[in-house]
Amino acid sequence: MPTDRPNIAELVEAVREFLTDHVGPNVEGQLAFHTRVAVNALAIVERTLDQGGAMDDAELIRLKALLKQDGDLQEMNAALARAIRGGELDDQRGAVLEHLRLTAADKIALANPRYLTPRG
Amino acid sequence: MTKNNAELESRNLAAVLRDRVREVYGTGTGIDGLVRLSGGASRETWSFDALLPDGQRVPLILKRDPLDEIDPGDPDVNLGIDRWSEGRLMQLAGAAGVPAPDVPFFLDADDRTSAGFVTQRLEGEALGRRIVREDEFAQARTKLAFQCGEAAARFHSIPLDQLPPLRNLPVVAALDYNQGVIDSFKQPHAGFEYAFQWLRERSELAGDRLTLCHGDYRNGNLLVDHEGLAGVLDWELGHLGNPISDLGWICIRAWRYGYYDNPVGGFGAVEDLLEGYEIGGGGRVSLETLRFWEVFGCMRWGVICMTLAFTHLEGRERSVEKVSIGRRAVEGEYDLLQLVD
Amino acid sequence: MEAVQDPNLSAAEQLALVLRDRMAEEFSAGTKIEGLVRLSAGASRETWSFDAVKPDGTRQLLILKRDPMARQADKKFEGVPEGRLAVGRLVEGRLLQLAREAGAPAPIIPFMLNKDERTTEGFFSHRLEGETLGRRILREEAYAAARPKLAYAVGHAAARFHGIALDKLPAMRGLPAGEELLHYRTIMDSFHQPHAGFEYGFRWLAERLELAGERYALCHGDYRNGNIIVDEDGLAGVLDWESAHLGNPSSDLGWMCVRAWRYGYHDKVVGGFGSVSDLLDGYEAGGAGRISEDEIHFWQVFGTLRWGILCMILGFTHIDGEQRTVEYAGIGRRAAETEYDLLQLLD
Repeated sequence: MPTDRPNIAELVEAVREFLTDHVGPNVEGQLAFHTRVAVNALAIVERTLDQGGAMDDAELIRLKALLKQDGDLQEMNAALARAIRGGELDDQRGAVLEHLRLTAADKIALANPRYLTPRG
Repeated sequence: MTKNNAELESRNLAAVLRDRVREVYGTGTGIDGLVRLSGGASRETWSFDALLPDGQRVPLILKRDPLDEIDPGDPDVNLGIDRWSEGRLMQLAGAAGVPAPDVPFFLDADDRTSAGFVTQRLEGEALGRRIVREDEFAQARTKLAFQCGEAAARFHSIPLDQLPPLRNLPVVAALDYNQGVIDSFKQPHAGFEYAFQWLRERSELAGDRLTLCHGDYRNGNLLVDHEGLAGVLDWELGHLGNPISDLGWICIRAWRYGYYDNPVGGFGAVEDLLEGYEIGGGGRVSLETLRFWEVFGCMRWGVICMTLAFTHLEGRERSVEKVSIGRRAVEGEYDLLQLVD
Repeated sequence: MEAVQDPNLSAAEQLALVLRDRMAEEFSAGTKIEGLVRLSAGASRETWSFDAVKPDGTRQLLILKRDPMARQADKKFEGVPEGRLAVGRLVEGRLLQLAREAGAPAPIIPFMLNKDERTTEGFFSHRLEGETLGRRILREEAYAAARPKLAYAVGHAAARFHGIALDKLPAMRGLPAGEELLHYRTIMDSFHQPHAGFEYGFRWLAERLELAGERYALCHGDYRNGNIIVDEDGLAGVLDWESAHLGNPSSDLGWMCVRAWRYGYHDKVVGGFGSVSDLLDGYEAGGAGRISEDEIHFWQVFGTLRWGILCMILGFTHIDGEQRTVEYAGIGRRAAETEYDLLQLLD
C-alpha cells in the first residue's frame, strides 16, 4: 500500500500513546476502563502489524500441506473448518491438532501474550 | 440516561420500595441509602437499608430487570430466566444448605417498576481479581475450592419437582446451541469445529444426570469473606442440565486472573473441588468427565467472547469493550486444544 | 541570563508580578493587572491576554507574546546549521511596528518586554477585536461582508510591507529562492525517507528558478489565513511575524494560495476567501507592481512543497521522539495532501 511516514504502525503507536499518556490520566471510572481496553486493542493491532505477516505465511504453508489445495487464508480456513465438521480429516487428526495448536498459539501471541505467563 | 432521568428513576423506585417494606416489615418502616450499584444493560442492582420502626436496619440488595429492555443479542442473556425464578432458585439453594443470601421479598412488574427480587446484603468480596489476590482472603482461599464443590453438590441435589420452570439443556442440546451460535456468525472456525467434533464423539463422558445447574458457576459470581464462601450469586442462567458442567466451568482459565496454577477459580485445586463435591453428596466425579466439561467450558467461553464481539460487529451495541473481548475467544480455543487429543 | 520559574508560583502568578512592575514603568505606579489569561499553549510561543487598569480607572487591553519559559530544543536536521528560521520576539515586535507605519493593518506595539531572571523576552500589542481562526473567518455569517474584500486587502497589505526600505529593517536572515529551496531539500534529505513526489517538485522548481523573480524584500514568511485578524469590515491586522526574512516577496503571495488554508473552500484559491486576480489587483494598488501569473504559479508550487516538508518535519518530530504527540503524527500524513496538490499544479 502506498504510504508516507509515519507509517501505519507509527500512527497506531501515536494513538496508543495519546490514550495512555493524555486521556487515561485525565478520566476516571468507566471511561478510564474503556481507555485501557482501547489501549489493549491498539496493542493487538501493533503486534499484528509487526508479526502477523510472517504468521500468515506460515499458517498458509501448513494449510496447503494439510488440505492439499490452494487458496487464500480465509478460503483455506473455511475449507479446514468444513473438513473437520465433515470428518474428512479424521485420518490425520494428529496433524490437524498440531496445526490448530500452532495457529492458536500465534493468535494468543497477538491477542494477549501475557496469557501464557502465570502471575503470582 | 441524563442525570435528571436517573434522579427521577431513583425517586420512583424509592416510593415502590417504601410501599413494599411496609408490607413486609410493618407500617412505620422506611428506607434509606438507596443507591444504584451496577449500570449494566441487562440487569439493575440497587443497594438500600430498610429502617424498621424499632430503629433496626436491614441491609438489602434489589436486583431487577432494566426499565428499558434492549434487544438482547447475547444468547446467554436469551437463555436467562426471569427475576422471580432467579430469586426462587436462591431461596431453594439456601434451603438446601448452600451459602446464599436470604430473599425476603419480590417486586412485581407494574407501571412503576420492572420485576425484581430483594436479597439480604451480605458482607464480602465478589470481584474475582481481588479474591485471588488480596491478603485478607488468604485463609479463605485455602478452603474455597472444597466449599465450591460442596455447595454445588447441595444445589445439584434439589429435587426437580421443587424447581420453577427451567429450560432443559442436556449435553447434545447445549452443543447444538453453541454450534448454532457459531454458525450464525458465518465465520468458519476450525479450532471450535475440532472441539465440537471431539465433544460429540465423547458425549457419553458427559454423564447422564439431569439436575439444576447454576449455569454461570465461576469466580466472579461467588461472594467470599474471611471465612470462605459466603454466597453463591447470579442465578440468572439457571437451567436443567448435566451438573458437572458447573464444575467444568469453574475450572476454566478465564476466571483464574493470572493464577494459572490454581485451576479452580484461581484459588484452588481440582482434587479439593471434587472432594468437596463428594462430601456434599454429589458423588465421585471422574477426571475424564471433568475434563469433558472443561473442554466444553473453554468452547463456551470462546463462543461467548465471539458473541459479544458480534454484538458490536453487527451493530446492536457498538462498544470498544465488546469488540475487544472478541479477541479473547482464542484463549478458550488455545486452552481446549491443550486439553483434547 | 536565564529566566527561571519560581516553583512556589504558578506561571500566571509569576508573570503577573513581572507585568505589574512593567506596567508601573510604562503607565504609573499602582497600575493593576486584570484578567490575565494564557491564550495559546504552543510549545514555541506563549501568548497572554490581560488588561492594564491605570489608577484613574482607564484600561489598556493588551496582548503579550513571549518566548516560552520552558523552551523545547529546536529540532535539528542533519546538514542544516540552524533548523528554525524564526526571528526573536524583539525583532518580531519591531516588524509589526514597521508594517503599521508602512500602512499595513497591524496592531499597535506600545513597548517590548526584555528578558531577565523572571521572564523570557517578548512584546506587547494592543488587543484588537476580530477573528484569527481561519475556519471561522471562512464560515461565520459575521464575516460575510468582509470575505469578498479580503483577497484584495491581503494583496494591498503585502505590497505595503514589501515596500519597507531594507535599510530600516532589523537584522534578518536573507533567503533567496535558490537558497530556500536548498534549505528545504536538505531537511527532507535528513529524514532518509526518499520521496519521489517531492523530488519531482524540487526538480521542477530548480529548473524554473528564474520564474521566482528578482525582487528582494521583507517577507512575512508565514502569510496565510490563520495569521491575519479579520473583523466585520475586513482585514484588521497581519500577525505572527516570527518567520520573517529577506527574500522574494512573491513567496508570501504564493504561500497565501496553498490549499491547506482554504479549509474546504477549495474554489477560493486565496486563503479560502478570494481569487488570485483580486489578490494581484490589491498588490498592484498597494504599490508593488503587477506580478506575472507565472511568478505566482512558481511560488504557489513552492509554497505547496514547503507545506509538505513542514508536515514531514512535524511527523518526524514525533517519529524521531523529540516530541511525541498524536497531532504531529497525524500531520505527518498530511504530506500526502500536499503531494497531491503539488502534482496537480505541475506540468
